[in-house]
Amino acid sequence: MKNCEYQQIDPRALSVLPSSAQNHTEKKAQRPRRKWEVFPGKNRFFCDGRIILARQNGVLPLTLSLIIVTCGLFFAFDCPFLVKHLTVFIPVIGGVLFVFVVLSLLRTSFTDPGILPRATPDEAADVEKQIDTSGSSTYRPPPRTKEILINQQVVKLKYCFTCKTFRPPRTSHCSLCDNCVERFDHHCPWVGNCVGKRNYRFFYSFIISLSFLTSFIFGCVITHITLRTQAGKTIVQAIQESPARYPFLELVVCFFSIWSILGLSGFHTYLVASNLTTNEDIKGSWSSKRGAEDSGNPYTYNSIITNCCATLCGPMPPSLIDRRGFLPHDEAIPAVSASEIELPPFTAKNDAHMCTPSTKDVLERMVHSLDSQGLCSPGTPKTTPLNGEVSSAAALSRDASSSAGCSQQLDHQAVAAHCPLFSRSSKRDSLHSINPAFRLAAPSPSLSRTTLIQGDAPDTGFIPLP
Amino acid sequence: MAETHSLQDLQQPAVSSKVFVQRDYSSGTICKFQTKFPSELESRLDKQQFEETIQTLNNLYAEAEKLGGKSYFEGCLACLTAYTIFLCMETHYEKVLKKIARYIKDQNEKIYAPRGLLLTDPIERGLRVVEITIFEDRSIGSGR
Repeated sequence: MKNCEYQQIDPRALSVLPSSAQNHTEKKAQRPRRKWEVFPGKNRFFCDGRIILARQNGVLPLTLSLIIVTCGLFFAFDCPFLVKHLTVFIPVIGGVLFVFVVLSLLRTSFTDPGILPRATPDEAADVEKQIDTSGSSTYRPPPRTKEILINQQVVKLKYCFTCKTFRPPRTSHCSLCDNCVERFDHHCPWVGNCVGKRNYRFFYSFIISLSFLTSFIFGCVITHITLRTQAGKTIVQAIQESPARYPFLELVVCFFSIWSILGLSGFHTYLVASNLTTNEDIKGSWSSKRGAEDSGNPYTYNSIITNCCATLCGPMPPSLIDRRGFLPHDEAIPAVSASEIELPPFTAKNDAHMCTPSTKDVLERMVHSLDSQGLCSPGTPKTTPLNGEVSSAAALSRDASSSAGCSQQLDHQAVAAHCPLFSRSSKRDSLHSINPAFRLAAPSPSLSRTTLIQGDAPDTGFIPLP
Repeated sequence: MAETHSLQDLQQPAVSSKVFVQRDYSSGTICKFQTKFPSELESRLDKQQFEETIQTLNNLYAEAEKLGGKSYFEGCLACLTAYTIFLCMETHYEKVLKKIARYIKDQNEKIYAPRGLLLTDPIERGLRVVEITIFEDRSIGSGR
């Protein structure tokens, strides 16, 4: 009898839906949605999911314009004078620093800081079950912290109610972005993004290079004004004469920036050397002043050089949120009724494309089109009978089954979805294989292809290479 | 509805339950999974087999996150090119993740699928858990 409730077959499910909903489904089938479009956090995505920003990135344009305007003034007014009187390397150094600063800034802003995807319903249920059985839930609420030992030190893991999971150590939930971020440092409004595990090195190189840049410009402007003064005029005259309230403007900007940026650089250098995050430092998590016992930082390597290397030059962890993967259709179909509401904001997002198609984009599309005619891809079958979600007909049915009917179009997109691993590596996906689990109970292969219980096929972020 | 029944019978075994192998943080924040054998798998799988799979996965993740000359070189090179090199090059971590995906597929084919189990690549769960799906054992005759 359970099977009767277990309507997980696409064609069946579609045939029992009202016809209007079916039209919506077909419309949706023609426009496959990527995961970034339904991302639950408060982030904005551009370039079809390649670029991620916090929702409130109001100050990032200010940061960029301050840098660009100051450097522009420097190149326009100071460089000609200094090239004539000093050396041609001045604009060269300035140019290199400027490029480095802007690239680091953009990289910090547009990179996923290490967002942890929210727990799937099954996982959340499992965790809940464990919490309930372990705590005495009758007289007080079940414990929402878990204590573990890290390098012989007790660390408390907190349960995140939004993400429905126990946060890994050093992970914190950013309320502005509504995401749990690994190795959370802080949310930087100047950069318009959280600073976490994946973009801390970019942030650090941004502030270091910015310190150099501001100091350099400051020094050059001072030199410029001094040289003009030496030609026998007073400072006031020199300033008035050069095209040149502008160097004065640069001076002001640089003067105020230097204090803050140099201070910040120094602070972060200390953090890097002791393998701490701003969050931990502010909270005093590992401060030895608290408590009698020695509660040192359990993550430090006890060597400044190793700490620096580990934080800044360590291996680059991958993005865990798979922004550009395609949504599985079982998540798409229950949202049919909400699709009308959801689609307009998403099309607005699509309109906010900032990039022009690059070579990688073209290659990706080629791979997509090739793969849609290619062989099967694995899915990790994930049926979620808890939610009664309708699973998608996965890659296997793409091969031939015209009997799958309208699900066939869905399959094409499901296949194409397997291609991108991350936003960058789409061209490397080539080999797909039939999921071995399907061999378990499919005496009639053709039938098993057409009517599969399989969900989340496009969730597969990783396709093994041959 | 009768059609649904017969088609259902010929289909995939239904998912009976899922087991989640959690992360082991005793050595810090590196990616490592607990090797404790879940009780739900006792009837299906050898303890040793399970431990071997998890241990191999742990070793592979340790390889991905290893701090050594190669990773430092990659990091410094990236820094010098203002991180633009990551647009062209695959990182060491990504290469190992592909290796892991191959290993999991291999394990599924050889060991887990014949026992009605399925390993899910942890990267699909944000490296939080190793999800093992337990399918109903059709051979016993679930009597549906």
